[in-house]
Amino acid sequence: MTDLIKYTAAETASAIAKGEVSAVEVAQAHLDRINAVDKKVNAFLHVDGEGALAAARKVDDKRAKGEQLSPLAGVPLALKDVFTTKGIPTTCGSKMLEGWIPPYDATLTRRLKDADVVILGKTNMDEFAMGSSTENSAYGPTGNPWDLTRIPGGSGGGSAAALAAFEAPLAIGTDTGGSIRQPGAVTGTVGVKPTYGAVSRYGLVAFSSSLDQGGPCARTVLDAALLHEAIAGHDPLDSTSIDAPVPAVVEAAKMRDIRGMRIGIVKEFAGEGYQPGVMQRFNESVELLRELGAEVVEVSCPSFTLALPAYYLIAPSECSSNLARFDAMRYGLRVGDDGTRSAEQVTALTREAGFGDEVKRRIILGTYALSSGYYDAYYGSAQKVRTLISRDFDAAFAGVDVLISPTTPTTAFPIGERADDPMAMYLADLCTIPSNLAGNAAMSLPCGLAPEDNLPVGLQIIAPAMADDRLYRVGGAVEAALNDKWGHTLLEEAPAL
Amino acid sequence: MSVMSLVSYEEALASYDPVMGLEVHVELGTKTKMFCGCSTELGAEPNSQTCPTCLGLPGSLPVVNAVGVESAIRIGLALNCEIAQWCRFARKNYFYPDMPKNFQTSQYDEPIAFNGYLDVQLEDGEVFRVEIERAHMEEDTGKSTHVGGATGRIHGAEYSLLDYNRAGIPLIEIVTKPIEGAGHRAPEVAKAYVAELRELIKALGVSEARMDKGQMRCDVNLSLRPNGTETFGTRSETKNVNSLRSVERAARFEIQRHATVLTDGGTIVQETRHFHEEDGSTTSGRIKDNAEDYRYFPEPDLVPVAPAREWVEELRAGLPELPRVRRARLQAEWGLNDQDMQSVLNAGAVEPITETIAAGAPADQARKWWMGELARRANETGTELSEQPITPAQVARVCALVAEGKLNDKLARQVIEGVLAGEGEPDQVVEKRGLAVVSDDSALGAAVDQAIADNPDVAAKIRDGKVQAVGALVGAVMKATRGQADAAKVKDLILERLAA
Amino acid sequence: MPGITREEVAHLARLSRLELQAEELDHFAEQLDVIIGAVARVSEVAGQDVPPTSHPLPLSNVMRADEVRQSLTPEQALSGAPASEDQRFRVPQILGED
Repeated sequence: MTDLIKYTAAETASAIAKGEVSAVEVAQAHLDRINAVDKKVNAFLHVDGEGALAAARKVDDKRAKGEQLSPLAGVPLALKDVFTTKGIPTTCGSKMLEGWIPPYDATLTRRLKDADVVILGKTNMDEFAMGSSTENSAYGPTGNPWDLTRIPGGSGGGSAAALAAFEAPLAIGTDTGGSIRQPGAVTGTVGVKPTYGAVSRYGLVAFSSSLDQGGPCARTVLDAALLHEAIAGHDPLDSTSIDAPVPAVVEAAKMRDIRGMRIGIVKEFAGEGYQPGVMQRFNESVELLRELGAEVVEVSCPSFTLALPAYYLIAPSECSSNLARFDAMRYGLRVGDDGTRSAEQVTALTREAGFGDEVKRRIILGTYALSSGYYDAYYGSAQKVRTLISRDFDAAFAGVDVLISPTTPTTAFPIGERADDPMAMYLADLCTIPSNLAGNAAMSLPCGLAPEDNLPVGLQIIAPAMADDRLYRVGGAVEAALNDKWGHTLLEEAPAL
Repeated sequence: MSVMSLVSYEEALASYDPVMGLEVHVELGTKTKMFCGCSTELGAEPNSQTCPTCLGLPGSLPVVNAVGVESAIRIGLALNCEIAQWCRFARKNYFYPDMPKNFQTSQYDEPIAFNGYLDVQLEDGEVFRVEIERAHMEEDTGKSTHVGGATGRIHGAEYSLLDYNRAGIPLIEIVTKPIEGAGHRAPEVAKAYVAELRELIKALGVSEARMDKGQMRCDVNLSLRPNGTETFGTRSETKNVNSLRSVERAARFEIQRHATVLTDGGTIVQETRHFHEEDGSTTSGRIKDNAEDYRYFPEPDLVPVAPAREWVEELRAGLPELPRVRRARLQAEWGLNDQDMQSVLNAGAVEPITETIAAGAPADQARKWWMGELARRANETGTELSEQPITPAQVARVCALVAEGKLNDKLARQVIEGVLAGEGEPDQVVEKRGLAVVSDDSALGAAVDQAIADNPDVAAKIRDGKVQAVGALVGAVMKATRGQADAAKVKDLILERLAA
Repeated sequence: MPGITREEVAHLARLSRLELQAEELDHFAEQLDVIIGAVARVSEVAGQDVPPTSHPLPLSNVMRADEVRQSLTPEQALSGAPASEDQRFRVPQILGED
């Protein structure tokens, strides 16, 4: 039954619903796979075998009783360790939260459980979602299943790697500056950042509140759409949650028809720093879109050149405040409490010991940007840039239905290469950041391997806010055309683990 | 600096002009906290009214309590403020263990209400207008208990214990503009302002505003400038002053302390100070140096509050009669002069009297008991008038018994004593103590006849027309009946019998 | 835009309660100087008449009814506490007052 791990989520759900396979068998197959390969990949920080099998048994019981099953009932999923899970450790990849067991479920966790999705465990990530390589995890880096010496992207490298290593057909990520899409791109998987506010942030441990957005990760566009529908929707516990119907993403993923759609190429996302093989696959994708009947035009978004600087002021500013709660008083790590030190000293020693370099760097940068005297020049200006970027998007979307670009300028780089060069690391998110600043929706899907290194290249599709269905319509069509062309899916070319 | 070593209050005012700023925090009486659904009920077990949000657990998010916003707008309207068309919450970032997120969700440069005023009446009847800078919404902190060390205070404590039941309870902070021109009456203005604000808050029904329970807390900011100058001096911030009297004393002490420092050629340090009830002094708290940088920024987890104008007007129309207006009406209804009304106010007797009247007592009777017997008792026991163990309904019943002739004043007083002593309802006290007026004509007649027989010379005088001598016979009858006779009736009976 | 000095980093570390080591101060000062140099470009728009966006969605007036929701039990509330006593969080001595 080793094939079970190769099934898509849609196939798995269908097989379980029809009784061709039990949910327990599916869960066990994935737990076995994790057991076999995760020592090498390190995608999981915590595997909840017992919980997964219990959830699977519940699905099998429901089926036995003839109850209606939800569309993803019994499908295994890898959950980024940034969402709280009641009774299951949640570390955010940080020593600060080592051993913390939340007393509550995130809304997203609750919804997955309600949909009878089988949560296999929690996946590795850059500490508190800060990073583009998953090297910033306190629990060691995750390897890219295409080449274990390379990064799987970040911050959600664990989730993306779990998909690419066939440890789970579905995963959850969070995208603050590209943390779903960039790992998707470099692992040859699909990752979607829904419109800001589409998926509840309640229980998502905040990095940058106005940018963070949870979203689906999968091996196919349809699977991502099924997961999107399961997790999106209004949540009264999140004030920034959209109170409107979820766009019909599953229907859109199945359309496979983009004739007449207008697609814009963002002119600014090209040139220096873009790997030739990445541009080659991107340009081929443009041709493919034309062949599929779309009208492709070039658009200019001049403010996008300020997106990266604005992001690296806004995200650190918000994180400096969001992470202040880790003070050794109520939960998590406490260091240096020897009975003589004050609370203030213990807090400072704990934060020094519990946070990694990147987190400290951003806290200090954010504290600086919010300081009186600097606020207007930095944080205030960055928020103005945000307005300009939104205006650029609005102008572009006045003429086109979606925008496209490479997801990342390069393919997966070797572990360690950019580890102590923050600026080089930050470039990985160049193309993904504008959508976080503006709050619109974006997807990355595989569009081939770069000829020079045989590593996956991601195509980014960007849609206006609340028009997430357009991502799936375009993505579904491109995916089908590419699979036809190749005669198989891209992941089938990944080396065996 | 002890009270003894200070320059006198008069000396201080001879050279300096005080400028005050008052910051009052009011805990709203909403059912739930400002940003989560935890109960705000007082007296619960430690940490039993907490959730991920008010504990600041990772991943938790705030959602604004609509009644918190409504209360803030009503307070703003009652303070004659403008209500923002659009405003936001902001994060005030600083570390403190009683603050679960290490930032306070507050409002910064966009308060919900601003630019108002409150007219306060001073003891001599003069009205002083206190300008309001702003009223904004925020959340309370948890409560710490300091353990170990000699004093049990924060200094010298070995460790502290934290209870977060209070964390997240809605607060409205009301900040005045600098109060200038109060001169020597600054402390009185401070007290009158806080008193008036408390009445207003209570009238709005948004909080019980009990200062002794910390539901209302006042920070007194004070600075001095040489008489005749304009520039403000450096201010001190005396924190958490928690009674009306203390507000007045704290302002007074700080005026004297500042003057003493300045007269000696010293400089005032900008710092927080703590008030001490025992001797009315303040001591130094935390220096406010430049390191303090709250790094305010708009709270990204909340969206703006933009109160619809129709809603604001609806709330304005629904405001209750405000305390000052009501007081003027009551004064007219009760027929009191300014001075008597002021005494009623000072005694905290407005509510008890109003309620006693509502329970059926005549205004003068209601006032008589509350301002007489009961005020005296409150004074003696150092308690609030409203806290006496007798209800307005019970006082009204005593008044009714007097009106019906079943009690005279002296007996009524004993009934009140009985109620206060916990002997039950007025009628039960009358019965248990056997206090009913002797109105049985034959029993009374016998006592009258006996008194006449015992005092033939007095009787003779009365027969001769010296009616004023009747007092002696009335006294004898009252003595014989142990005070339980109706004196007026006794007098009538005597005169009837001795009528020539 | 001015760069950032080691002293400033030390001050910021105090503000953000990080007991940075000496070598970290040097290292961060160097890196932050580069990062700030790169991000300072945003101040090009500082003077422009552009409204700031603090939130990607134009939402307002999201409020909840004043209705009590189930709290955590004290055991749950204290479950992650590094130390507790008498159903309260036990923390080291608190210096300074507010």
